[in-house]
Amino acid sequence: MVEFNLPANSVVKEGKSFSAPADAKNTRSFKIYRFDPDSGDNPRTDTYDIDLDKCGPMVLDALIKIKNEIDATLTFRRSCREGICGSCAMNIDGRNTLACLKPIDDIKGEVKIYPLPHMPVVKDLVPDLSQPYAQLASIEPWLKADSPAPPDGERLQSREERAQLDGLWECILCFSCSTACPSYWWNSDRYLGPAVLLQAYRWLADSRDEYTGERLDALEDPFRLYRCHTIMNCTNTCPKGLNPALAITEIKKMIAERRA
Amino acid sequence: MKMQSDLGRVRGLGSAKSGSSHWWTQRVTAMANLPLGIWFIISILAGHTADYDAVQAWLSSYFHSTMMILLIISVAVHFTHGLQVVIEDYVHNRKAEVISLMLIKAVAAFLSVAAVVSVLRIVFAGA
Repeated sequence: MVEFNLPANSVVKEGKSFSAPADAKNTRSFKIYRFDPDSGDNPRTDTYDIDLDKCGPMVLDALIKIKNEIDATLTFRRSCREGICGSCAMNIDGRNTLACLKPIDDIKGEVKIYPLPHMPVVKDLVPDLSQPYAQLASIEPWLKADSPAPPDGERLQSREERAQLDGLWECILCFSCSTACPSYWWNSDRYLGPAVLLQAYRWLADSRDEYTGERLDALEDPFRLYRCHTIMNCTNTCPKGLNPALAITEIKKMIAERRA
Repeated sequence: MKMQSDLGRVRGLGSAKSGSSHWWTQRVTAMANLPLGIWFIISILAGHTADYDAVQAWLSSYFHSTMMILLIISVAVHFTHGLQVVIEDYVHNRKAEVISLMLIKAVAAFLSVAAVVSVLRIVFAGA
């Protein structure tokens, strides 16, 4: 059954508080999930009061300020700080998004920050994404074709064929959508999840790919594909404004189309 | 201890290459339930189920008895398909899962056949 009771040592406790400098006029509290599996302690939420007049506009700016100036032990992933690498995906103010694209001003009151939900936590805000990465590898996200490429150049697409990939190629694999999906929470061992299914559709929709049938064969499974119950959390949460739920529906339509 | 690679674990036993007919049947029966359900509600509101004689007179018509049996079959199929998904979603103990799947199918089969037999008994009681 679904586990309604938390495992031992997993209740989140109140942690430390760090107040803002006395001369700060424009302050904001950041309540951040902290967990260190090596310590054996329960996870806790530490509260950091930040002077917003001396901080950049985005949640990631505040996290970097905390790590640089207040608490160097705070652990999180970040790289590009402009929404293209997908590293800083986390749960901010109850919604999965990218810390670098989330303005602090969008949030009313205390800013609550947790790691992506329902993933094993490596430390603090860093989730273990090995499973979704393996699931991505399992759908073979690369062009597969038997016809040789033209000897004098690349495989061509018409403008219309290329347009089929819009709304798909922009995915940066931050896994905000998959970790927002209740179906993925309950069955991530067998359900591929919205991020991976959107990638699967990206190759199904590619006019240059010649393995559509084999790809659909691999997806047609009660768990891999049909665990999607159109809950739509994926589309609601996508920080890039993409629509994984639509991509999944397109896959279901393709499979329905090839039936008698 | 498990040292299998993530990819090996994710590929698992491979694709079942099924699931689309379950998905499609659930949608078709959902669509069928709509007109059948509306017909059923209108029939109740029209007083056709006031007492046994009224029911018998009503169900003796070819159209209404056919609609009634279609409603029973469609609802039973939709019910089993829907509940199967719920059980697969939430029951993760394989033994409990298989037993509850067989149980709901048995219950639905018994109830729907009993309902069809009841309709036929009413229809042919007057003949």
